Amino acid sequence: MTAHRILIVGAGPAGTRAAETLVAHGLRPVVVDEGQESGGQIYRREPPAFSRKGRDLYGFEALKAARMHRVFDALKERIDYRPATLVWNLSRGDAWLAGPRGPERLSYDAILLASGAMDRVIPFAGWTLPGVYTLGGAQVALKYQACLVGKRTLFMGTGPLLYLVAYQYARHGGEVRGVLDTARLGQGIAALPKLASGGRTLLKGLYYHARLHSRGVPMRSGILPLAAEGGAALEGFRYRDAKGRERRIACDALAFGFGLRSETQLADLLGCDFRFDPLNRQWLPEIDADGRASVERVYLAGDGAGATGADAAELRGELAALALVKDHGGEVDERHMARLRRGLSRLTRFREGLEAAFPFPRHLAGGISDETILCRCEAVRAGELRAAARELGADEINRVKAFTRLGMGRCQGRVCGAAAVEVLAHCLGREVSTLGRLRGQAPVKPLSIAQATAPEEAGGSEKAA
Amino acid sequence: MSERIDTEVAIIGGGLGGCSAALHLSRRGVPVALLDKGAVGAGASGVNFGGVRRNGRHLEELPLAERSLVDYWRKLESWIGSDCEYAETGHLKFGRDEKDAAELEAYAEQALAHGLKLEILSRNALEERCPWVGEDGHVASWSPTDGQANPRLVGPAIARAARAEGVEIREQSEVTAIVQDGHGFELETENGILVRAKALINAAGAWGAKIAAMFGEEVILETVTPQMVVTEPMPYVIEPVTGVCGGSFYLRQIPRGNIIIGNGGGGVAELDASRAYVVPERTLETLRDVVRLIPRVADAHVIRVWTGLEGATPDHTPVLGPSRTTPGLFHSFGYSGHGFQLGPAAGAVLAELVRDGKSKSEIGAFGIERFAKPEEGSGGTARRAPNRRS
Repeated sequence: MTAHRILIVGAGPAGTRAAETLVAHGLRPVVVDEGQESGGQIYRREPPAFSRKGRDLYGFEALKAARMHRVFDALKERIDYRPATLVWNLSRGDAWLAGPRGPERLSYDAILLASGAMDRVIPFAGWTLPGVYTLGGAQVALKYQACLVGKRTLFMGTGPLLYLVAYQYARHGGEVRGVLDTARLGQGIAALPKLASGGRTLLKGLYYHARLHSRGVPMRSGILPLAAEGGAALEGFRYRDAKGRERRIACDALAFGFGLRSETQLADLLGCDFRFDPLNRQWLPEIDADGRASVERVYLAGDGAGATGADAAELRGELAALALVKDHGGEVDERHMARLRRGLSRLTRFREGLEAAFPFPRHLAGGISDETILCRCEAVRAGELRAAARELGADEINRVKAFTRLGMGRCQGRVCGAAAVEVLAHCLGREVSTLGRLRGQAPVKPLSIAQATAPEEAGGSEKAA
Repeated sequence: MSERIDTEVAIIGGGLGGCSAALHLSRRGVPVALLDKGAVGAGASGVNFGGVRRNGRHLEELPLAERSLVDYWRKLESWIGSDCEYAETGHLKFGRDEKDAAELEAYAEQALAHGLKLEILSRNALEERCPWVGEDGHVASWSPTDGQANPRLVGPAIARAARAEGVEIREQSEVTAIVQDGHGFELETENGILVRAKALINAAGAWGAKIAAMFGEEVILETVTPQMVVTEPMPYVIEPVTGVCGGSFYLRQIPRGNIIIGNGGGGVAELDASRAYVVPERTLETLRDVVRLIPRVADAHVIRVWTGLEGATPDHTPVLGPSRTTPGLFHSFGYSGHGFQLGPAAGAVLAELVRDGKSKSEIGAFGIERFAKPEEGSGGTARRAPNRRS
């Protein structure tokens, strides 16, 4: 089966483990990754000239990060690695790349998508002010460029990343003005049985929480975001506390996020079947227990096929690669696969516990004021969406898009789509699962015309081996 | 049956033509039911380029195009309550060499006889008036009274106006069977709607030939999939809609700054599944072509590509008129990639055909009989004409 041309998209934990597994089975996959170096978002590496300690960059995950980097670096001679390269379109059998080698079309026999996840956003008044970042963005600034997004940063939202990034900022000398969680404390306690399956991960979460607390960082739960305020830049954040009192915290940066949403556009372009996943409140590509998609020779792994975290991503990457090997006639260790599945189901239970402890605050959708911008690319306000729904009969998210331009900008709805459908659901009194999903359209990220129309480099269209 | 509708006129297809016919009929007091297998205005009439142009059209289409412009496009606000971003920005059709220049000049002369005034711009005039044109732009024909509109808005806006007049519109309702008897037509949809009507309008777009075939009328309809591209917003400098001799691309910029680019086709069509796929090679080819003529486009990023399903007849001229075989049946399809501009007037024509038995517009060139095989009777012959798209 060595003649098969296998393409892996993504070099985070799932892509790394998948590549390692394929190489171990005698294959030489092509690994295309948007990052300058492997690691994905979670184990993103600093630029070559930087020399911070792993512990400073990744905290408790330093050893895992180092291991993931070592695994990938050891593979470099045995894979065809394309860093800093965007897969901007996929058709069955062909991938369209844009990167330092110029435009390229690459044929494949099988493809493994490990495209990861991004912050899930719910807009609030003032969220487009300079100084307001997503949690992931704030973390990237720190991990990659050793920058803090502000001198006095406030953290708001829900989910484990909220506490992790706040902790990392505190540890790097940033003044953490507070951690405001939309989840209520009771929700965390009720979720404890499932959270217990997270073991060490749960303990780390408790540790971050405790350390922030001991530094005297104000921690509030059950809050309701009201507005980020300021003139040219952010000056403060207003919210309602759990007792209903209005509060304001002065800050020059706000990092916010409400969990993660999977990046599913590539699976969509391949025509994979999707199903509405109530846990993630998102349409996700359908996969079997090992990561096979509904389209033959397409495999999915990691947070791109439902956010389950970095540890699960490693298991899913390996499992999907083994499924791929097996489907192409290779020998695999079935007992090992069974072990991986068991490990995965434990982590999935943990994920369910996290969702219960830090639920996506969909109740906020109804409270977003008409003036608040939902789609920042096209500057579409919540009121325009509601008017389209009530006056123009837009009863499906693609109709909203057609009538208002929401989701038509540079990000193609990756940022606003999840919240927009919640606003629509609230407005119409319907379930989000009945309102359709924004269809994935190429390019999955903006494609430079100059770059895409440059002549192909000689030999650039070499085949994956 | 989940629902039964008794009406005068049933319309299959909620594109521009179908919706416009529904609106015209209902404003004349005629009860109408309109069925669409998807959402109204979401097919070819909703995902097309949005060009509202006469420049470069088949000469036979010019009277109908004139009617569409004067009676509808310029009066959208009063006609349907929304201007749908219609703007009379003019249309420029570029030529790259002397051969193209001759083609543009010959067309301008013929068009003038049909009341369309065009101005031929030399290279010098182009440089002065459109400094954004690159060296490939040798000559152009300028049509100041053409323009553009937002296609996503027009169909749904006409449908809303029609609904307000009492038209029964049913979406997600694909017609699966049609029975015709002495009293009229009986239509069944896959979601269990039964419609009885005295007259039937086939405005089914790329699927129009399938409906016609149910009545023994064969039209060879090629499924075409124009490939569209839109860029991120760029400084707004390209005011007119543009096209080029040979039709390899067409382009317009909206005041928000996005540049919309289309080509003649080349996507993958799955008519039965109602799906079409963009073919990236074609997209890149088109972009290379564009950059040679308008170099500044290279500075932009593409943010989205899309395509849709459209039906093209052998002579690239629509089928618009009464059925040859079946009284009470009227066709309007096969606009071959340039029906957006014609849609509103086509609806007016259909309403006239249904109510008055004849249209005020000259539609003789669009009869379905021109595709009939000689042994089928009427002896019409298919004409071939250059393929021009908006």
